[in-house]
Amino acid sequence: MEAFLDALTLQAGYNAALVAIGAALLGFAAGTAGSFLFLRKRALVSDAVAHATLPGVGIAFLIMVALGGEGRSLIGLLLGSALSAWIGLLLVEWIAHRTRLAEDAAIGAVLSVFFGFGVVLLTVIQTLDRGRQAGLEDFLLGSTAGMLLQDAQIIAIGGALVVAAIWVLRRPMTLVSFDAGYAAAMGVDTRRVDLAMMGLVMAVTVIGLKLVGLILIVALLIIPAVTARFWTNRVERVLWAAGAIGGVSGYVGAALSASAPDLPTGPIIVLIAAALFALSLLLAPARGVLAASLAHRRFQRRVHRRQGLLALVRGEPIHDPLTLRILRAEGLIRADGVATDKGRAHAAKIARDERRWDIARRVHQDTSLTGRYDGLTPIEDVFTADQIADFDARLGPPQPVGF
Amino acid sequence: MPEVLTLAARDGQATGPEADPSSPLALRGLTVSYGEKPALFSVDATFPAGAMSAIIGPNGAGKSTLLKASLGLIPRVSGQVTVFGQPLAAARDRIAYVPQRASVDWDFPTTVIDVVLMGRYRKLGLFGRVSRAERALATEALARVGMDAFAGRQIGQLSGGQQQRVFLARALAQEADLYLLDEPFAGVDAATERAIIDLLKELKAQGKSVIAVHHDLSTVTAYFDHVFLVNVRAMAEGPVDTTFTPSALAETYGGRLAATQLADLALTVG
Repeated sequence: MEAFLDALTLQAGYNAALVAIGAALLGFAAGTAGSFLFLRKRALVSDAVAHATLPGVGIAFLIMVALGGEGRSLIGLLLGSALSAWIGLLLVEWIAHRTRLAEDAAIGAVLSVFFGFGVVLLTVIQTLDRGRQAGLEDFLLGSTAGMLLQDAQIIAIGGALVVAAIWVLRRPMTLVSFDAGYAAAMGVDTRRVDLAMMGLVMAVTVIGLKLVGLILIVALLIIPAVTARFWTNRVERVLWAAGAIGGVSGYVGAALSASAPDLPTGPIIVLIAAALFALSLLLAPARGVLAASLAHRRFQRRVHRRQGLLALVRGEPIHDPLTLRILRAEGLIRADGVATDKGRAHAAKIARDERRWDIARRVHQDTSLTGRYDGLTPIEDVFTADQIADFDARLGPPQPVGF
Repeated sequence: MPEVLTLAARDGQATGPEADPSSPLALRGLTVSYGEKPALFSVDATFPAGAMSAIIGPNGAGKSTLLKASLGLIPRVSGQVTVFGQPLAAARDRIAYVPQRASVDWDFPTTVIDVVLMGRYRKLGLFGRVSRAERALATEALARVGMDAFAGRQIGQLSGGQQQRVFLARALAQEADLYLLDEPFAGVDAATERAIIDLLKELKAQGKSVIAVHHDLSTVTAYFDHVFLVNVRAMAEGPVDTTFTPSALAETYGGRLAATQLADLALTVG
């Protein structure tokens, strides 16, 4: 626990601090970049892009070794991965647009073929006796061992550029995500916006390769956006909330993995993000599971209350135990089921409402108003006082309620 | 059938008569195809300015396709589109498009006012600030469709008719001259239908042009001035009084319109 607190406050050593800051920045960039992907409903394209980085890593290594180096330049490896990811992305787009195959089939094909090719390349590279190939397989699941200042700088600069680009392009990206047809009619080049969206995702993937690895980076792109969606109904807030959730997951995950030996950083970060997702799924207001079930219970109680009062109006006996419980709890009926004075008053009010609604539906053919008759909404919420007075005038004198 | 069948032209080479520059939307030899099967074949059309025009035809006749191809949303195999005498790209600012309601995900995280503000994005560009004036313009567009009280609502909470009104408000916010609507009355309540038609007539009174894909034959004469009948090919085009006739409809719909429906229409067309 103490080790965890040390790591959280960046007191656990230079390397751990570097990893925590790098992971937080990466999480923020991934969260924002992934938001539009999620809103465009193309989350899985990022999986294809991530897997398509692997052959690029291998080929870049081979080229650098052939040129006489050790093949260890991070910039070189990342450039290679970016290039092959871009080719993979264009292939997905080409298959989806130019052939009869749907995008999911294109994603499956590109993902597996590129990944398979990458694994073959890495296997061949292991048998070479030139260059320093140890550590290339870290690109699969990420590694924080020996993270350098340069690695953190790449994440910081790359991440900042990605977030800035998203902010600049937020309007066309929102338009295309919400209504691509309308965007195109407005003159937005939807294909280029889509490519920009994917290009930014690819950039995050590439800068995150070393830390989180290509298999798990997808989680960091998608989970924060999905989690943020639980908490807000505005695009821009989803964007920044997803960035914050990604950043917190990265920071806390890195600190946690630094606090105990042999805890893998990438997977821990993803698990923290998943925990935030699970919490949101349960607890978020309005969209959360708990809120939905509470809302349903409240609705159910209102229905029972209304039905019970209408039964009182008609002088019918009430048998439903929940209805009886609700009416008793509110003091609307006595223990033996007979209406109290308060119950009679409420029942009379509801009976009057029902008759007013009858009139309202006859007078106002406008369905957008009368369509709101659900038997529950008080008429005062739908019509103004003078309108209700008009209904009452048409109702004629008060009629006795059948008690 | 059109008097002269224009030859299908490749890559926008003009073949038919010159487009009328005053027409808000003129099509020459428009052919669109999904695979090898043309959805529209060599369609010529000249929609009149300052009028309400209906695009009418049976299901699968290419009505929506015609609208989408006119807007460049789907590629043309051949043919030309001119908007107010200009090529499409030069006239984007003058067109507002109202797509089918079902074409978007209504659970998208956005509010009514934000959707209407999307109509301003072209003028705002990447960096333009959403000023108070822009917001006022969007609110006014909402007021014109009777939805100003709903500005802050999440769009998923709207009824079908209200969604259609929001789409219309977004188009209004564009301050365009030509309004292209894809089945604006599909699945909306009677009050919304009336609100929309009143608004469209108001636009017409302001000199704007309205072109709508329309499926309800019984309201054509009440709502529109001009009809364009299409069934893959252009079948007939002209003022409602002279063109929207039982014989033209019978030809457009083939056997798909029951004789009783035609008889009913004959009464409304008079």
